[in-house]
Amino acid sequence: MTASAVTETIYTKDFLEFIGDSGDELAQLRRAAFDHFSVVGFPTVKNEEWKYTNTKPISDARFEISDLNSGEAPIERVREFKYDRNGVTALHFAFAEFFVVTIPAETSIAEPIEFKFTNGDGHARFPHLIVIAEQGSKATIVESYEGESACFTNAGTQVFVAANANITHYRVQKESPDAFHVGTTEVTLGAGSLYDSTNINLGGAIARHDVHVNFTAEGGEAFVDGLYMLNGYQHSDTHSSIDHAVPNCISHQTYKGVLSDKSRGVFNGKVFVRENARGTDAQQSNKNLLLSNDARVDTKPQLEIFNDDVKCSHGATVGQLEDEEMFYLLSRGINPALAANLLTYGFAEEIINKISIESIKRDLDEAVLNRLHVSLEV
Amino acid sequence: MLLEIKDLHAGIEGREILKGLNLRVNKGEVHAIMGPNGSGKSTLSKVLAGHPSYEVISGLVSYEGKDLLEFEPDERARMGVFLAFQYPVEVPGVSNSQFLRLAYNEKMKHLGEEELDPLEFNDYLKEKAKIVEMDPSFFKRSVNEGFSGGEKKRNEILQMAVLEPTLAILDETDSGLDIDALRIVAEGVNKLRSENNAIILVTHYQRLLNYIEPDFVHVLAGGKIVKEGGKELALELEEKGYDWVKAVSGKP
Ligand SMILES: Nc1ncnc2c1ncn2[C@@H]1O[C@H](COP(=O)(O)OP(=O)(O)OP(=O)(O)O)[C@@H](O)[C@H]1O
Ligand SMILES: [Mg+2]
Repeated sequence: MTASAVTETIYTKDFLEFIGDSGDELAQLRRAAFDHFSVVGFPTVKNEEWKYTNTKPISDARFEISDLNSGEAPIERVREFKYDRNGVTALHFAFAEFFVVTIPAETSIAEPIEFKFTNGDGHARFPHLIVIAEQGSKATIVESYEGESACFTNAGTQVFVAANANITHYRVQKESPDAFHVGTTEVTLGAGSLYDSTNINLGGAIARHDVHVNFTAEGGEAFVDGLYMLNGYQHSDTHSSIDHAVPNCISHQTYKGVLSDKSRGVFNGKVFVRENARGTDAQQSNKNLLLSNDARVDTKPQLEIFNDDVKCSHGATVGQLEDEEMFYLLSRGINPALAANLLTYGFAEEIINKISIESIKRDLDEAVLNRLHVSLEV
Repeated sequence: MLLEIKDLHAGIEGREILKGLNLRVNKGEVHAIMGPNGSGKSTLSKVLAGHPSYEVISGLVSYEGKDLLEFEPDERARMGVFLAFQYPVEVPGVSNSQFLRLAYNEKMKHLGEEELDPLEFNDYLKEKAKIVEMDPSFFKRSVNEGFSGGEKKRNEILQMAVLEPTLAILDETDSGLDIDALRIVAEGVNKLRSENNAIILVTHYQRLLNYIEPDFVHVLAGGKIVKEGGKELALELEEKGYDWVKAVSGKP
């Protein structure tokens, strides 16, 4: 890195002010991350991983960075975050504001633990959530993002699910349709652990979420489910990678997209089954509902399998509302607009329905229904 | 006259299926339509409900004095036309009660009557479910999703009970029902039968007509009504088969 020229960026002044003369390990990591960002900059569409998502509107814009707060973070966990994935993760890490929750071993917490990150118009914010679920613990984490107009949220999340721990994780991004949102989630699963996540993406002019799930010991199981619902000119990109590096782990992935107007969705899901990962069970599906001729989705589920003793399936669909379902609703007197909304809601429900906490389910139901301008309370 | 069909020609994908069908239905009447597979019974049902895949080539359908064919499917439904599907459609993710309440309220809006909120509707729905002895556990489930064949048919009649149509077309509602369910559903239909509505029963079997006694029986073959009579015609058909009708009517 030292060989490349570190150029001054529009973030340099803010960064120098923020980092000051602190010299601890975290500060050094931040400096390295910022240098990395300064060299590589924001990813461009020439980068295969970003070919559908043009970050130029974000990189060109200037955001106010104020009240920066480092927060307390366990350095041994922080160190594991791969800030050098790309310029965005590097920029995130340089400014990261840490929030940490630890679920003590063999402890079960019934109430969901909520983190609500808000952002103001024209501001940039870099929240970094660390969830440490110790051995045999159980909890539900709700991570939500709300932002006004043209803010920029560049988030990072690390989830450590130790042996036999059980984490349910809801990530809800409902920022304004003018907001910029980039988030990277890293999940590490221990032996016999369970990670069940639902990622809801409703907001953002440009929104991107990367999820990386790594199995580090046998018997882990992960659900990585999600929904993106877009309208207007919204652009939402999900990239996921699920790495079966060890034998006998199970992963399920169901992502659904609903796209209207001129919106655009991107789904890229990679599942790796490494050479020694016998007994792997990996399923992946991405289904999209296009409600307008101008909406578009690029979907690419990818399986890379290096072991024969596995059960894997993957698939992607892009479709419109079913004519027969539509007629069935019409034949009961439901008007066409409401019928279309109802079917769309039904399509999205598969993702929302599995949510077991009633208050969260209701909240998401409402977000989806608001989007559709329907009231459906039951 | 509630429904008058005159010389109806209709088809699908360029193929003519109904070839000059005539039918007159008054309020308070139950009409049974029988006929061989593929003769056009479901086609007639779908045409009356306004399915967009079916094309009316010529003929008239007047309902309550209006040209029914002028109206959109959802308008027809709000005007009181109801089709119980031969193959009810599954609607994943939408609960039965949400679906029924929206449909019910659309109709109330149309009639200028009060809409029901979820709690009120739930009480109403519970009452209606008794008519077909439907367990309330079905309210929360997605419309028809994972329902057995018989449960789907019962659900159709629950919808009929909720929407109280003026003209109900029941397309082979009896097929798929077990012996007890057939009795329950038929008794339900009888409870819904009144001087202010009419029912068209499409069926293959006399069995159903033992429970729901029709005023008229029509035999549809080759896209036309080829024979008409009272309820005794169904018995005769059961005995002699459709070849007999084809022979008497002189139609292939
Ligand atoms: N989409 C279609 N394309 C071509 N032919 C069709 C289509 N749908 C129906 N038909 C044909 O129209 C004819 C009439 O079908 P219809 O479903 O009305 O019969 P039916 O009298 O209800 O029969 P059943 O007693 O078996 O229910 C059949 O020959 C059928 O194959
Ligand atoms: Mg039929």
